[in-house]
Amino acid sequence: MDALTEGYVTEDGRRIGGVLMEMKNITLRFGGVVAIKDISFDIREGEIRAIIGPNGAGKSSMLNVISGFYHPQEGEVWYKGGVRPSMKPFEVARQGVGRTFQNIALFEGMTVLDNVMTGRLTHMKASIWEQAIWWGKAEREEVHNREQVEKIIDFLEIQSIRKTPVGRLPYGLKKRVELARALAAEPSLLLLDEPMAGMNVEEKEDMSRFILDVNDEFGTTIALIEHDMGVVMDLSDRVVVMDYGKKIGDGTPDEVRSNQDVIDAYLGVAHD
Amino acid sequence: MELLNKIFVAPFADMIAAPDFLMQVLWEGLVSGVLYSLIALGFVLIFRSSRIFNFAQGIMVVFAALTLVGLHEMGVPAWISVALTLGVMFLLAVTIERVVLRPLVGQPDIILFMATIGITLFLIGFGEIIFGGENKVMITSELGIPTGDIVLEPFGGLLILQHIDITAVLVAATLVVSLLLFLNKTRMGRAIRALGDDHQAALSVGISLQTIWVLVWFIAGIIALVTGIAWGSRAGVSFALEVIAYKALPVLMLGGLESITGAIIGGLMIGMLEKLFEIYWGAPLLGGNTESWFAYVLALVVLLFRPQGLFGEKIIERV
Repeated sequence: MDALTEGYVTEDGRRIGGVLMEMKNITLRFGGVVAIKDISFDIREGEIRAIIGPNGAGKSSMLNVISGFYHPQEGEVWYKGGVRPSMKPFEVARQGVGRTFQNIALFEGMTVLDNVMTGRLTHMKASIWEQAIWWGKAEREEVHNREQVEKIIDFLEIQSIRKTPVGRLPYGLKKRVELARALAAEPSLLLLDEPMAGMNVEEKEDMSRFILDVNDEFGTTIALIEHDMGVVMDLSDRVVVMDYGKKIGDGTPDEVRSNQDVIDAYLGVAHD
Repeated sequence: MELLNKIFVAPFADMIAAPDFLMQVLWEGLVSGVLYSLIALGFVLIFRSSRIFNFAQGIMVVFAALTLVGLHEMGVPAWISVALTLGVMFLLAVTIERVVLRPLVGQPDIILFMATIGITLFLIGFGEIIFGGENKVMITSELGIPTGDIVLEPFGGLLILQHIDITAVLVAATLVVSLLLFLNKTRMGRAIRALGDDHQAALSVGISLQTIWVLVWFIAGIIALVTGIAWGSRAGVSFALEVIAYKALPVLMLGGLESITGAIIGGLMIGMLEKLFEIYWGAPLLGGNTESWFAYVLALVVLLFRPQGLFGEKIIERV
């Protein structure tokens, strides 16, 4: 890995900033099973960073460490220039780390609009008493947040289903609503857990476009996990490759593509 | 023939013959119905935010009422007792979250349900130690709730509305409306609804499980206190009050565990139908006292045709 202290400029001319998050020597165990073994990498501001690897490589575990759902036994998570203490997931979310889930986690009984509005929760500061009587700050906040949410709904082209209960939507749209909810929080870092899993080609193209647009329009830093190699290579600026809980490659898509270890892992060369 | 007449003709003839009496019956039914709705709402709120069927809701009513009366007996002024009781209910919510819910998070629903039975038994024992087991009188007049009645004369007949009942209906209705607004219009309300749908997703948008649970149990405590005051001023404050909370069970079966509208409509329906049935069918045909079982039979019949209740969300489970 080259020394990227001041950020870099991508091939398509986007300016990538300093380190936003850094994983330092992370090890995560479940009992005797080592899910992640001494992995370090960084995520830079404005970048689209992918974590790839075969099934069971520990990608999702890594995402769960970043979002605070799992707590590693060893190693440090650095965020915005400081060590992040052990936090609960909702605290991590309040620090500006948004995420989507592999098996869609939406509030099925609520409408699309309400789902996306939950993304604004961390931006609403009115006290519980003000909310109870729906007075002053509570009302102003709701109106302001509603505007923000409408912007995102427009952006992701889900206006027509705003009032539909999420439970009734097809899979591809649910994925998009989940993205909208995560975006509504205006996250500094957006984590996408297999955003394209289970989609057909057309839906994948749509989703790729949205991910690129989000990054471009809002400057959101994105870290994603994905199975589909083609998609990952097109989307991301830098790629971490994991296999059996270890990091076997890290670099631009081109560098990773020509890495012998990565090729072995994907072609299934026997591990000795 | 005689029987058919008694079932299908005579009751309706009676209703038409004495519309003022019918209104009186419906009013009495409405008053109980409003209180059933209120208790059912307590259940629904906790169920929606945590998937816990809170068996302890009934005893919370008793506990709140006992605390209120007990504090007043110790010489605390009535309204300060109310404030202190609210404080006690808040402490109870915090304790339940800390001691019972937090260690059991992620356990199967049935275990959490059993835990609420544990809370029930604890509160019965604890309440008896602190306040004693004998019946008490609700401090109705001390709270400034008017006692007396309004006499109306619709259709040239007689309709008596007790002030206590009117107050109970108004307070309960206000509470229900504010709860609905709170749940549908505010950040916290949205968080409560969200949490019930998906814990993981709720965490990922920054909702704290603990905060919401304390909040929800506190709201259930407020509901318990209001119900305790209203029902206690009609029937006295004793551990037997707990039984009225079980009337909320058929309400929930009718309304569905998830639905707030269902809880309200179900409660009102059961309150009015059981009164109507008792007066026009139960007493003349079955020797009376049908109110103790009518609601359960009604719920059973509904469940036969709609297992999710009248307003519940359709259950689709993949196997």
